[in-house]
Amino acid sequence: MSVPRYWREIPRRSRLETVKCSECGTISYPPRARCGKCGSSKFENYKLPEKGELMTFTVVRTPPKGFEKMPPYIIGVVKLEDGTLITSQITDVAPEEVNVNMKVEAVFRKVVEDGDSGIIQYAIKFRPVIK
Amino acid sequence: MRKVAIIGTGMTKVDKHWKKSLKELFGQAGIEALNQTNSPAIDALIVGNMCASDLSDQNNIGALLADHLGFVPNTAYRVEAACGSGGAAFLAAYSAVASGMYDVVMTGGVEKLTDGVGGNTTLSLGKAADAEYELFYGSSFVSINAMIMRYYMKHYGVPREAFADFSVLMHRNGSRNALAQLPFEITRETVLDSDMISDPITLFDCAPVGDGAAALILCPLEDAKKYSDDFIEVAGIAGATDTVDIASRESLLTFKSTVTAADRAYKMARISTADVDIAEIHDTFTITGVLSLEDLGFCERGKFHKMMMNGAFEPGGIVAVNPSGGLKSRGHPVGATGAYQIAELFLQLTGRAGKMQVPDASVGVAQNIGGSGSSTYVTVLRRV
Ligand SMILES: [Zn+2]
Repeated sequence: MSVPRYWREIPRRSRLETVKCSECGTISYPPRARCGKCGSSKFENYKLPEKGELMTFTVVRTPPKGFEKMPPYIIGVVKLEDGTLITSQITDVAPEEVNVNMKVEAVFRKVVEDGDSGIIQYAIKFRPVIK
Repeated sequence: MRKVAIIGTGMTKVDKHWKKSLKELFGQAGIEALNQTNSPAIDALIVGNMCASDLSDQNNIGALLADHLGFVPNTAYRVEAACGSGGAAFLAAYSAVASGMYDVVMTGGVEKLTDGVGGNTTLSLGKAADAEYELFYGSSFVSINAMIMRYYMKHYGVPREAFADFSVLMHRNGSRNALAQLPFEITRETVLDSDMISDPITLFDCAPVGDGAAALILCPLEDAKKYSDDFIEVAGIAGATDTVDIASRESLLTFKSTVTAADRAYKMARISTADVDIAEIHDTFTITGVLSLEDLGFCERGKFHKMMMNGAFEPGGIVAVNPSGGLKSRGHPVGATGAYQIAELFLQLTGRAGKMQVPDASVGVAQNIGGSGSSTYVTVLRRV
């Protein structure tokens, strides 16, 4: 991945910063040019909550190119406390221990390395909340 | 707008065509389609394809294929909407004829997945998903649909075996299709015991990787008799979209693009689901097939298994679903799949579907999805 391409998504993928429609309040993650609900193009900055629960998940056994060394790993859709859904990796839990409805929280982790001289890509993943 | 007819079709077998290139495959389908007519001059070629730039290092496919088929200097271009490319190309071709811009248009799709090496094919197909917010985390096309399947199973309490039975039905249908990539019957155990790709999706929940091309020739309905004795009216057609990333949707239990496109296409054709005899639906994975049945209005939500086991989706039931074997058994040459579906309906409605023939079929629906429901093209064909 090119450095600018990685860098420009840092506010979203690493800090959970996105936008909220100034007219109707719809939260959009990722940000959009126009609100899909009301058509407004006025947005304000919005920080997503860092906790939520796991809505669904899969354990990837046959990975896409670039992720060959990592299976089995867990991809999930998390429902954050404000209702926003987000796709990410679920970490710090074994595939056989992961459960739908599990409470999870955001944690900053390495996603993948581009090879010997490429960039190391980091982003928010989600891990089970430790009780 | 003018009414539009299909006057000829051609399809290659879906297979791993190691010896044939992209243009040879489409050439074969195109010539077959021309031979079903009295070979009118083609004013434009509009072809669907997804992966050629990744896997065959080839863009500019419109001109390449127009040259191969001797259509130079007429208009030619490629349409891309991931796995929905064939359906999208058909919609563009329909619009071109209906509007009066062109009279005779060849459309269709071609895909050459076996030109990909190593993980390149998986990567290329994965590009149907959102690169920044899905692929970035190591999602593949399969893993996104696996998450939808798990959610569906939990929400409705549907057991995993029910999906295996959908695959069994597709293979039973496809065993009668000479052009199918996997023309053999399987059992529930074949699906359950096959390799786990991305839980809960196993290998036999997935459409196979293969090459293929399908071509269709369109003209104004009022001119159809001039070119062919067998022609079928395109009675309704619509495309619709949804968000590319699934997390931006209100529900993971429906592909709204299918609901919207079907609603618009049925209205245009002035039909209801009860009028439909055959449906060629987009079952990239068993879960995709099940959601499609529901979104097209053929099945109560969460209830497919009992209905299916009672024959609801076979001839004589509610609707004959994928007599071709669908993506699961006929195969899924991605950018060509939408064209295959429409070509198969054309053969059914003209009574030339051989062992696959659904008796007395007069209305058929094709549903072609791009990505995981991010776009859908629904086409209604009617015997005239
Ligand atoms: Zn709004």
